[in-house]
Amino acid sequence: MSIDGSSQRIKFYQTGTWTIGNRLLDPEQRTVQASADRSNALTCGHRACQGCGEALAARYALDAALRATDGRLIAVNATGCLEVFTTPYPESSWQIPWLHSLFGNAAAVASGVAAALRTSGREDIRVVAQGGDGGTTDIGLGCLSGMFERNDDVLYICYDNEAYMNTGVQRSSATPPGARTATTPAAGPRPGNDRGTGKSVPRIAMAHDIPYVATATVADLHDLEAKVTRAMEFHGSRYIHILVPCPLGWGSEPAVTIRLARLATESGLFPLFEAEHGQVVRSTPIRHLTPVADYLKLQKRFAHLFKANGNQEYAQSGLHVLQAEASRNISIYNLNPAASADGDRGGIDS
Amino acid sequence: MLKQIEGSRGIAEAVALCRPKVICAYPITPQTHIVENLSEMVRTGELTGCEFINVESEFAALSVAIGSSATGVRSYTATSSQGLLFMAEAVYNASGLGLPIVMTLGNRAIGAPINIWNDHSDAMALKDAGWIMLFAETNQEALDLHLQAFLLAEELGCPVMVNVDGFILTHAYERLDVPTQEEVDAFLPPFDPAILLDPDHPLSVGAMVGPDAFMEVRYLAHHKHLRALARIPEIAGDFAQVFGRESGGLIHEYRTGDADTIVVAMGSVNGTIKDVVDELRDEGHNIGSVAVTSFRPFPLQTVHVALEHASRVVVVEKNLAIGLGGTLASNVRMALRGAELPVQTVIAGLGGRPITARSLRKAFEEGERDELDEPTFLDLNWEVVGRELIRVSETRRSGPTAEGVLRATAEGRP
Repeated sequence: MSIDGSSQRIKFYQTGTWTIGNRLLDPEQRTVQASADRSNALTCGHRACQGCGEALAARYALDAALRATDGRLIAVNATGCLEVFTTPYPESSWQIPWLHSLFGNAAAVASGVAAALRTSGREDIRVVAQGGDGGTTDIGLGCLSGMFERNDDVLYICYDNEAYMNTGVQRSSATPPGARTATTPAAGPRPGNDRGTGKSVPRIAMAHDIPYVATATVADLHDLEAKVTRAMEFHGSRYIHILVPCPLGWGSEPAVTIRLARLATESGLFPLFEAEHGQVVRSTPIRHLTPVADYLKLQKRFAHLFKANGNQEYAQSGLHVLQAEASRNISIYNLNPAASADGDRGGIDS
Repeated sequence: MLKQIEGSRGIAEAVALCRPKVICAYPITPQTHIVENLSEMVRTGELTGCEFINVESEFAALSVAIGSSATGVRSYTATSSQGLLFMAEAVYNASGLGLPIVMTLGNRAIGAPINIWNDHSDAMALKDAGWIMLFAETNQEALDLHLQAFLLAEELGCPVMVNVDGFILTHAYERLDVPTQEEVDAFLPPFDPAILLDPDHPLSVGAMVGPDAFMEVRYLAHHKHLRALARIPEIAGDFAQVFGRESGGLIHEYRTGDADTIVVAMGSVNGTIKDVVDELRDEGHNIGSVAVTSFRPFPLQTVHVALEHASRVVVVEKNLAIGLGGTLASNVRMALRGAELPVQTVIAGLGGRPITARSLRKAFEEGERDELDEPTFLDLNWEVVGRELIRVSETRRSGPTAEGVLRATAEGRP
């Protein structure tokens, strides 16, 4: 698929590689990150681990939001990795006004910031709230739902690394079935995370009929930036759920963070879509459908699913559960590769 | 302007006169009438330039206020009882961040057993959260303390909790002198925030603080309270000049000059206590009372000076520190360091149990003879307690205490 309106028709994945070449695009179509004058909301020197997906996603998202708001932005942060690794005071990586209050109240604090901006005539300033999956899908869900229901003018971004990484990798409600965490150890006859029903906060957000909901990963910068930019076109509550691989918690090589994020979408486990006012309006078909095992094998948290000496039957059923979840996503969000006309990847930016 | 209104209405009008820009609230009895009144004032335009936000929990209520206060606008919320405990984490957070939020606490018991009536258990549960805690004796003082609270909070960068006895004050109709907007504007200047989230001057607020600096941060919070000890009486003095009446301050003394026995209490019960003091004075007893208005900071020196000349102190408090006795009494004893003065504790009015003049009189007379049990439980039904203790001792699976007491109480009725 090509960029419409460019001086030439560019295919992102021209030679079957995964590379999305900025170099081939007209300057105005390149990513915010490609620009020398990007805001760099989250600047260097922070204490994130090598290969941290969250650090990348936070900078990508906030720089895009800053461009969209002409730099008029306040960020509210839930307690978590992002909060801890960015503010080893007296140093701070934040180049923007930034407020951390508690673990479970980022959405409510952001509502308060937005209200104060309205009543003090500073409505040119916009508000972003951000938290990890623990602060969003678990302890912060009440405040988040309240913010959605009131349709407060806040973009909430969840950086989902699928467990409580800051406290040492404990299970959250975003931890996938079978994953090993410190509280779902790969031990005993039923190793890894229990296979519950799961919890899709993007769909919970959609159930509030808020103006805009999207999912994204750090694997596709164009897509992530486009979604943040789109989100800033709306007023009211908006929600973006970004999958951010965590080398520490996932037991993966720092070098494969982007690849893992891509495999999460290419396997169907993490569907990329956008919803407006409660309805899915776009989804990104899978380009090269990949078995979930290709994604799982790169992560030590799933190693017990592939061990020769383990409970083979349980491991097999675990793989089936994850493959079934991927298939279900492909069906619900219409991610089938065939949905893309030229076999290439669809989506809003490519 | 004199008005015959409910205490909650008076508080709401006082808050509105302070021109807050964000009010956020969650309903909880007996605080509800305050925020109902404020929501109406915002809707009708009586209070302009203010947003009223209905939130999904008390935790969110104070969190919204944290966000709005850090964004530089005057912010207010109110709560009670379980609500205060539900927002406990944010209570500490607001003071830790140095945000000058004003919150009314309609004092009420904490469950279980669930109980909506008045006592001071809620306030005592969060007494060390870094908030300045003022206790109103009357509805006029409740109204006045809110005007002073914003001034104090914003000057120091410290949140202030104004405690008003649930129902006894919040739901009582009486004559209140509601000041004019001009008077309040002359007393309370516009909010000039020390902390302001602003893209033109980006700040990081709420960073992690490790062992190398946490002690200093905490000391500086304590230091704000030490400054408040000086400022609270000064602000009360300024208030008296502008509004022509005494309200606030650290403590109120009543007929303590030559008193042998001094009763110490907080909140509305001081009205009854003063009546009893008058009655006993008429009969020749040397008794007086002290109402503690500022519980945090606790005015150790002022309380010491007020009490040291007496022969004994009787503390009446609507709170039980289970396993210890009385919280206010403990604080009073600390104030009396160096003075050889017995402090007797009377636990009274828990869960809304009426504190009658007759019972207080009896307790004070026993106190004068140094005959009070430590602590004394005012009007405790020992018969019911005894029956329940026997029942529990006889049956292992005796079930919950509350239901057992309810049964015993019902059986005792005609």
